[in-house]
Amino acid sequence: MSAPDDLASAVRDEPALREKEPPKPAGLGPAGWLRWAWRTLTSMRTALILLFLFALGSVPGSIYPQRGVDPAQVAQYFKDHPALAKWLDRFWLFDVFSSPWFAAIYLLLFISLAGCVFPRAVTHFKEIRRRPPAAPRNLLRLPHSAAFEGDLTLERAAAVLRRGRFRVVTGDGWVAAEKGYLRETGNLLFHVALLALLFAIGAGGLYGYRGNVLVVEGDGFSNAVAAYDRFMPGSRVTAESLEPFSFTLKDFRASYVAGGEKQGQPLDYLAKLTVQDSPTSRPRDVDLKVNDPLDVNGTLTYLIGHGYAPTFRVTDGKGQVAYDGPVPCLADDQATYTSECVIKVPDAQPTQLGFLVRFLPTTVPNGDAWVSVFPGAVNPTVQIFPFAGDLGLKSGQPQSVYQLDTTHLKPLGTMSAQPTPLKVGETKELADGAGKIQFTGVKEWISLQITYDPGREPALLAAAAAVIGLVLSLTVRRRRLWVRVKDGMVTVGGLTRTEGGGAAFADEFTRIVTTLRGGPAEEPRAAGTAESGPGTPGPAEPDKEAGSAGHAAPDAPTGNAAPGDRPDEE
Amino acid sequence: MPAQVNESLATLSDQLILVTVLLYLAAMICYALDLAFGRARTAVAVRRRELVGAGGPALPESETGEPGPEPAAWAARAGTIGVVLTWLGWAANLGGILTRGIAVDRWPWANMYEFVVAICFAAVTAFLALLTRQPIRFLGAFVTVTAALGLGFAVLFLHVQAGPVMPALHSYWIAIHVTAAIVASGLFILAGVCAILYLIRKDERPSVLPGKEGLERIAHRAIVISFPIWTFAVIAGAMWADRAWGRYWGWDPKEVWAFITWVVYAAYLHARATAGWRGKAAMIISLVAFGCLLFNLVGVNIFIPGLHSYADVP
Ligand code: HEM
Repeated sequence: MSAPDDLASAVRDEPALREKEPPKPAGLGPAGWLRWAWRTLTSMRTALILLFLFALGSVPGSIYPQRGVDPAQVAQYFKDHPALAKWLDRFWLFDVFSSPWFAAIYLLLFISLAGCVFPRAVTHFKEIRRRPPAAPRNLLRLPHSAAFEGDLTLERAAAVLRRGRFRVVTGDGWVAAEKGYLRETGNLLFHVALLALLFAIGAGGLYGYRGNVLVVEGDGFSNAVAAYDRFMPGSRVTAESLEPFSFTLKDFRASYVAGGEKQGQPLDYLAKLTVQDSPTSRPRDVDLKVNDPLDVNGTLTYLIGHGYAPTFRVTDGKGQVAYDGPVPCLADDQATYTSECVIKVPDAQPTQLGFLVRFLPTTVPNGDAWVSVFPGAVNPTVQIFPFAGDLGLKSGQPQSVYQLDTTHLKPLGTMSAQPTPLKVGETKELADGAGKIQFTGVKEWISLQITYDPGREPALLAAAAAVIGLVLSLTVRRRRLWVRVKDGMVTVGGLTRTEGGGAAFADEFTRIVTTLRGGPAEEPRAAGTAESGPGTPGPAEPDKEAGSAGHAAPDAPTGNAAPGDRPDEE
Repeated sequence: MPAQVNESLATLSDQLILVTVLLYLAAMICYALDLAFGRARTAVAVRRRELVGAGGPALPESETGEPGPEPAAWAARAGTIGVVLTWLGWAANLGGILTRGIAVDRWPWANMYEFVVAICFAAVTAFLALLTRQPIRFLGAFVTVTAALGLGFAVLFLHVQAGPVMPALHSYWIAIHVTAAIVASGLFILAGVCAILYLIRKDERPSVLPGKEGLERIAHRAIVISFPIWTFAVIAGAMWADRAWGRYWGWDPKEVWAFITWVVYAAYLHARATAGWRGKAAMIISLVAFGCLLFNLVGVNIFIPGLHSYADVP
């Protein structure tokens, strides 16, 4: 292998130089166009533009509410801006991250990535096994060089360099050494890891599922599709693939800051569960907390919310108990947990009954009204607004359990905005002999998210590999060094093939030269800088002039390497 | 997690942060004096010197340049005093963070105020650490003024009483994820300052600042160090989300903007490697990325509701 070739190759894998506008096909026919399109797609400039589009495309996803994140907010947006929302929806702006145009951007980016990385990987694989190139004729014209007289043998030079973990080749009167292959390896690892990450995420989406469920104290849950309030399976999930575990919520406790400026701020949540990993296994006790999910063979259960579920007994006009149990309420106000609930009693006779309930966990009178002042249930009361008539359940339209459709209901008795609150155990008689309602107790509910995602661990591995690859590709420098011994005269030359690596390499080079000379005895007089004084224009000069645009590469042959850098162009 | 707060320590912390702001401002004035009356250089001088030192140290060490008019001796002394004041401010800043952490018995970066204070601290730390190895004193005025403004903003608009945090933040992940985000942000600030100076700097004019090339190199180095740290911070955040919310990535606004920031910094690194995008274009991209970082830090918390419960601003 001849020296000019080596320099050409040294230069070839510098991206700055490789990166040329692909020549436009001039009447090349379809094959030519295809090749041009492929080269354009896999060019760095296209990657750059796609990266920008990728970033830009995510912006609307943070501005508009997203169905995948918070469907209720999307519904609210439709209510508030019906005309605009319809248009935004046409462009998938409420589903940005699952929209076709977003997918187009990242698929193009990843095709470009694959098209760029795999050829590079092949080149790199060949390069790794290639020996360092032979020494150029005039080592003193390299960016880092030194000359001294001494009795250095080639064997000792090779040994010194090997000890420095260079890959070393000896030839006729010279030693060539190279180091820093890990840079390109790291770069490839990083980019391949990104591809792997995408696959892991995709696989997790296909084979995993996610669901939400609300459980009241004393109740249980068993993992089956029908038990969920909301179930979002991947397209490859079947009912049998759900892990058959079950649990009962024995108790839930929330603690709050009792006084001071932060009064009412939550301190800790704890849900006590009895879990059965499978229908035949023994029950075990589990403390479920935020940041500490329950893990049953990779299916994870998370505590994500909580609220109050006061219990009521409704007796209808005929004296039958028509309702007896808890009613989950939604908090209106996180600071006091003043909550609203709805009781629907379709079985009540002679007419159906409905109640709006305001739950006050810590009730204090406030003028003519009552308010809650603390989220904990210190003095729980309920204010009840009764209705009678048709609940509208037969219309077939799905109804929210948190809303009362009052179109066919009429208030029972005189409606006041602040009915006298009931304490636990107290009963309210309904007007018109419609029956009575008793506030029997206070329970709490928790909301859970249950997730199975087989892509989690592969995604984590890929991400870890990406970080390792990134650190390697950003910190390792590729460098070459040659030593020539002739008639008692030793010349050493070196270059780094990494932009910006000049400063650090200068130090390393000086150290190596010092070692080659036989220890740190003298000042490394001849090393690097001193050798190319103002009188003898250094090899970097043509480059500096070429860099008239204000940019000069710090280490000449690696950056805008000019042909003048070839040590032996003669 | 105990609910009690050591009030006297919390007050001391607030006072230390005020002292920090004053010290940074005083340091900034000293640096400014040094910049205004110190030794000016032109890029021409720099370039000549670099030719002599081809292959030599590539950082602005070589850029002592030709002396302009003889600078006043007190100007250089002002610069030295600036460095001393910065160290004092740094110590007060550290003290403010530690006392707050001890006062509430948790990691002291669980709300916006604490987070911004910690980032300013990280930026000054990055500057001082680099200063021990590189002649980048010229950056002092810009870093201290940025830190003083950041702290002032935090004290005036973000301050919340020391106290316990939401249950979602009870996790060792706060130590891992937030610390990485703070360190990376501090370095990105340093790079951002250099990038702005790069765009202002005219190489033909004599100036106490290093040439464009030196500025670009410092910015690049800072980004090269902080990009992997930011990558790690994002991944650690995903792992925490996996523990806390049941999914490692859910396109919460904070996540979206962390991702955007990451992609644009990656674009900057690609731009550096692509002919035609180097230099000014790359610097502008790095500033766009820096803008995304700042927006994520401040804008997202204020304008966009999300899951990140530390984000509550008063
Ligand atoms: C998801 C998208 C991508 C991300 C996040 C990404 C990230 C990065 C990062 C951080 C570096 C810096 C490493 C360094 O400076 O050495 C880098 C380098 C590189 N990337 Fe990418 N990349 C992406 C896509 C691509 C694509 C599509 C291509 C091919 C066209 C590509 C080609 C390269 C090349 C050639 C380098 C080496 C540059 C150098 O040696 O300085 N990347 N990439």
